[in-house]
Amino acid sequence: MKFKITRQDNPDTPSYVEEFEIPHRPNMNVISALMEIRRNPVNSKGEATTPVSWEMNCLEEVCGACSMIINGKPRQSCTALVDKLEQPITLEPMKTFPVVRDLSIDRSRMFDALKKVKAWIPIDGTYDLGPGPRMPETKRQWAYELSKCMTCGVCLEACPNVNSKSEFIGPAPLSQVRLFNAHPTGEMNKAERLNAIMDDGGLANCGNSQNCVQSCPKGIPLTTSIAALNRDTTFQSFKNFFGSDR
Amino acid sequence: MKGATIMAVGRDFAIRRLHSLLGVIPVGLFLVQHLVVNHFATGGAESFNKAAHFMESLPFRLVLETFVIYLPLLFHAVYGLYIAFQAKNNTTRYGYFRNWMFTLQRVSGVITLIFVAWHVWETRVQAAFGADVNFSMMEDILSNPFMVAFYLIGVLSTVFHFANGLWSFFVSWGLTVSPRSQRISTYVTLGVFIALSIVSVRTIFAFIQ
Ligand code: HEM
Ligand code: SF4
Ligand code: FES
Repeated sequence: MKFKITRQDNPDTPSYVEEFEIPHRPNMNVISALMEIRRNPVNSKGEATTPVSWEMNCLEEVCGACSMIINGKPRQSCTALVDKLEQPITLEPMKTFPVVRDLSIDRSRMFDALKKVKAWIPIDGTYDLGPGPRMPETKRQWAYELSKCMTCGVCLEACPNVNSKSEFIGPAPLSQVRLFNAHPTGEMNKAERLNAIMDDGGLANCGNSQNCVQSCPKGIPLTTSIAALNRDTTFQSFKNFFGSDR
Repeated sequence: MKGATIMAVGRDFAIRRLHSLLGVIPVGLFLVQHLVVNHFATGGAESFNKAAHFMESLPFRLVLETFVIYLPLLFHAVYGLYIAFQAKNNTTRYGYFRNWMFTLQRVSGVITLIFVAWHVWETRVQAAFGADVNFSMMEDILSNPFMVAFYLIGVLSTVFHFANGLWSFFVSWGLTVSPRSQRISTYVTLGVFIALSIVSVRTIFAFIQ
C-alpha cells in the first residue's frame, strides 16, 4: 500500500512530502498503517527516516485527537479504513491549526474558544441549589445531538472564514453556546454567552458556506445552531441597546 | 443580572449586521426599483425618457441619492471587499452547493463593484457634467458589442449578488433557521434571480436596434 505523507520536523520549518510503502493487512485503518511505519521507518526509496508523528486517544471517533486530512478531506484517522480509500493515500495535517510535528497539530484555540463563550453551566456556590428544572424530551433529543461535539476541529478546517487573516472562532464553539443556552439551568446565563459570541471574531464572521455541516463527522446541525444564534443575538442586541429587564 | 449582561461587545457584530442590512435596505431595494424603472425602455424611447425624467425630478434628489444610494453602497462595498478578501475560498476541496454560492457571492461582489463604478461614471457623473441621461445615451453606449457584454456580465452579476445575498440575509438575521426553511429560501431567491435577470436582460436588449 502507498502512502504520501506531508511531514514537518518543527513548528516553523517547511513541510515536505515523504512516500511510504507498507504491506497490506485486512481491516487496517490509517492509524494501524501509521503504526506499521513507526515499526519500520523506511520510506519508499528504501531510506531510513524518522517515524511519523500523529495523535490518537480513543480509537473510536469520540475524542477527536486523531483528525487529519486524508485524501483531501479532514476526518478522523481511527475510523478511516484503508480498504475504503483510494491509493496512494495522502495524509496531511490540518493546517488551520499550528503544526507541532508531522500530523500532530495544536488545537488549543478550540479550547480557548470554549472558555471564551463560557461553554459550561455554573452551579458552584456556597449552598446546595437543589435539583434543576426538567428539560422537555423533544428539546433533549436535539440538544443531545449538539452534545456529541468532540472538539475535533474538522469544521474549522473546512470553513473558508477560519484562517490566518481572520479572528473567527469557528462553528464548533458557537454550536456549544446553543447547547448550553438550551439547558434549563444553563439558560440562566444565556445573555452572557450571547454577548461573548457577539464579540470580535464571533458569530457575525460566519459567511454561510455551510461546509461545516457537510464535514462534521458527528452530523451536528451546525448551520441550524448558527442561524438560531443569529436570531437570539438579534434580540440580544436590541436588549443591549435599548435596555431590558429580562 | 444587569451587570452581567452589559459586557464589552466588540464592533464586529454591529458592523457586520449593518453591512447585511444595507445590502437589502436600501441598496437592494434601490436596485430592484432601478431595474424596474429601466424596463420602461422596452416600451420605446419616449416611455423610458418619461420614467427617467420622473426619477430625476424627485425633490431633494441629491439628498435622496446620497443617503439611499451613495453612502450605503460605499459602506457595503468597502466592507464587502474586506470580507471578500478575508475568505480563503476552498471550492476545489469542498465542492458543495452552498460553498460555491459563498465563493460566487464574493466574486460577484467584486465584479459588481467594477461594473457599478464604471456605470456611475458613464451616466450619473456625466449627468453632473451636463450630459442628458436618456434613451439615446444608453443606445450609444450599447452600440458597442464589447459594452453589451460588459453590461450583461455586470448586471447579471449584480442581480445574482442581490438574490443570493437575500438568502444569506435571511440567515444572518435568524429568519430562516431550519434546514427546510433555508431550502425553501434557496428556491425563492432563485426565483428572484430569474425574475430580475429577465427584467434586466430585456432592458439591455431594448437599447439595441
Ligand atoms: C448593487 C449593489 C449590492 C447589493 C444590492 C448587495 C447586496 C448584498 C446582500 C443583500 C448581501 C447579504 C448580506 C448578508 O449576508 O446578510 C450581500 C453580501 C455581501 N456583499 Fe453585497 N451588495 C452589493 C454590492 C456589493 C459590492 C460592490 C461588494 C464588494 C465586493 C459586495 C460584497 C459583499 C460580500 C463580500 C458579501 C458577503 C457578506 C457576508 O458573508 O457576511 N457587495 N450583499
Ligand atoms: S462540531 Fe463536529 S466537526 Fe466541529 S469540532 Fe465538533 S465534532 Fe468536530
Ligand atoms: S483516536 Fe479518538 S477520534 Fe480517533
